[in-house]
Amino acid sequence: MTVVAQPSAPPHETDDEARPIVIEGLVSRFGETVIHDGLDLTVQRGEVLGLVGGSGSGKSVLLNSIIGLKTPDEGTVKLFGHDMRTADRRRWSSVERRWGVLFQQGALFSNLTVRENVAAPLFEHTRLPKREIEELADLKIALSGLPARAAALKPAELSGGMRKRAGLARALALDPELLFLDEPTAGLDPIGAAAFDELIKDLSDSLDLTVFMITHDLDSLYAITDRVAVIADKKVVALAPVRELEHSDHPWIKEYFLGPRGRSAGGKTAPAQTTPTRTS
Amino acid sequence: MARACTEPYLNSNKLHFGAFGAIQVTSRLEIADKDLFDPMAVPADFTFDETDGQRTVVLSGDWTARGLFDTAGRLAEALMGTDGVCLDLSKVNRCDTAGAYAIIRAADGRKSAGVIKARKETLRLLELVGNAIQVEPEVKPRPKGFYALLERIGRGMFDLAKDGYGTLVFLGHLLTAIGRCTADPRRIRWAPIISLAERAGLDAIPIVATTTFFIGAVVALLGANMLIDFGAQVYSVELIGVSVLREFNILITAILLAGRSASSFAAEIGSMKMNQEIDAMQVMGVDPYEALVLPRFAALLLTIPLLTFIATLAGLAGGMLVVWVVLDLSPGFFLQRIVENVGATHFWIGMSKAPVMAMVIAAIGCRQGMEVGNDVESLGRRVTAAVVHAIFAIILIDAVFALLYMELDL
Repeated sequence: MTVVAQPSAPPHETDDEARPIVIEGLVSRFGETVIHDGLDLTVQRGEVLGLVGGSGSGKSVLLNSIIGLKTPDEGTVKLFGHDMRTADRRRWSSVERRWGVLFQQGALFSNLTVRENVAAPLFEHTRLPKREIEELADLKIALSGLPARAAALKPAELSGGMRKRAGLARALALDPELLFLDEPTAGLDPIGAAAFDELIKDLSDSLDLTVFMITHDLDSLYAITDRVAVIADKKVVALAPVRELEHSDHPWIKEYFLGPRGRSAGGKTAPAQTTPTRTS
Repeated sequence: MARACTEPYLNSNKLHFGAFGAIQVTSRLEIADKDLFDPMAVPADFTFDETDGQRTVVLSGDWTARGLFDTAGRLAEALMGTDGVCLDLSKVNRCDTAGAYAIIRAADGRKSAGVIKARKETLRLLELVGNAIQVEPEVKPRPKGFYALLERIGRGMFDLAKDGYGTLVFLGHLLTAIGRCTADPRRIRWAPIISLAERAGLDAIPIVATTTFFIGAVVALLGANMLIDFGAQVYSVELIGVSVLREFNILITAILLAGRSASSFAAEIGSMKMNQEIDAMQVMGVDPYEALVLPRFAALLLTIPLLTFIATLAGLAGGMLVVWVVLDLSPGFFLQRIVENVGATHFWIGMSKAPVMAMVIAAIGCRQGMEVGNDVESLGRRVTAAVVHAIFAIILIDAVFALLYMELDL
């Protein structure tokens, strides 16, 4: 396959050129508690961005602000150049069609089977015949690494790992350009987590996905992210590839990456520790 | 002491009482509650030991939550204000965080610290617990007295206002959803409407019919018994007709549906909310009001009038049966008297309330479901609130209708 250079870009930024996520000066509050205070973050096309931060630092609130579940108190959040608050309904609906979200617990519709779950976005947003939609849903289920028999099961009959995969299949249903993952590997065993990482990596490479991923999993950060954004002190304090973050001076980042877990995930040898010697 | 403090000490179940001919100061065992006594636990105890002019407290037994009775208090008392007493924990059988806490608290009462002799793991535990105690718990000053009363009243008012605002938001969402669906009927989701109508309406027929049948029968019995004194027992037909056609059919149906459907709507939507399914829906570009609330609305609007009609028939049947058996008035006479003396107006008055009741039940159920937070407790609270509010609203609306129709001379 040859890649032909595109002619010069048109003067105005079209939807396709616009960066997937641009956040400027985001302020989020819950009552008197300020979660984000002037947070800026830009996600580039085609990258896998990891978002890390301590518990309660507002990672999920940030995700909710981006996908429109929470209205920003101040500042703007633009997806593909559109602000949810100013875009008209039709425009916004077209933006919604370009993303997929995998919630932490999967958030599958519990009264539908896996196939119906995956088919739901297709029924909502396309006018394809039913048969075709079901075939597409089965394809997505297979893509996400679920066995074919899982398609007819209800979410309650699935294991935690399978539920995540089913959630991923649903997030991929409309072939999104932008994929949001909320702690995709949390609660999975190490083998399952590694397989899930691999799956996301494969999909993002082959489908040219932009991935925005909240994670605590250092292995995932090293394995699949292109850049990592660190939330601390109500802002994004660092945005860089994970290897660069290891040299950061920020105390939280230092602790995060140079703690015992960070070191082992980064594949470094721990400095010789003084082993306690037993005296008798 | 024969053992060094850091020596790994093999756990033995034997106790070493008075190894050095110690001065036994205190230690009387009192087990107040035999049920609490764990036969596996050796009660915690301590003795004072004086060798080479150095006072040492020798602790023994299980310094655990189950082995510790009043020993902690006695130890603290014995150590209060003493000078540089050493603690010997090497004879302690088992020690858990409760025991460690008791030892540290007792040791705090001393004027100056002494040496603590213990096994390595016990020392580690003491250190761990000691560090945890040093973290002062964050205490929010609780308002007292009159101030607290004011605060509670203020919060109550605020919550009430917030609740009212929430209801308006819900109604606004609902109205825009209705508007969108009327403008573009393709948006109406027929499949869930039909399935909900079956679940909330068709499945409720037996209970609604049985209940109103008995209500009709009871009204007939009461009427017959009372009116027979005046020789006016024939008027019990009018009594049954008016009460069933005008009030009981819709009231019983609405109250049963409030218990049956308002609760299930709240629980269904609430658990979907807890499972983030509503979020997933919104993110998918599906309006939950269109997909969840409107079908429930439509289902009740379709079925409650039909159920009310069935309730009317069942109530009249109950009354008719009693009148027939007790007063020996034939069904034919009963029906004729109903048609001639009661008339269709009462029937239409009863039926006219049905759509209003349907909307109120559906709205309250769905609204409470949407308000469910992320905890199980709020789910239970909201489901209860759905039923209670719905029944309250039904009675209130019925009263308003009664006033209205009275003013209209109907």
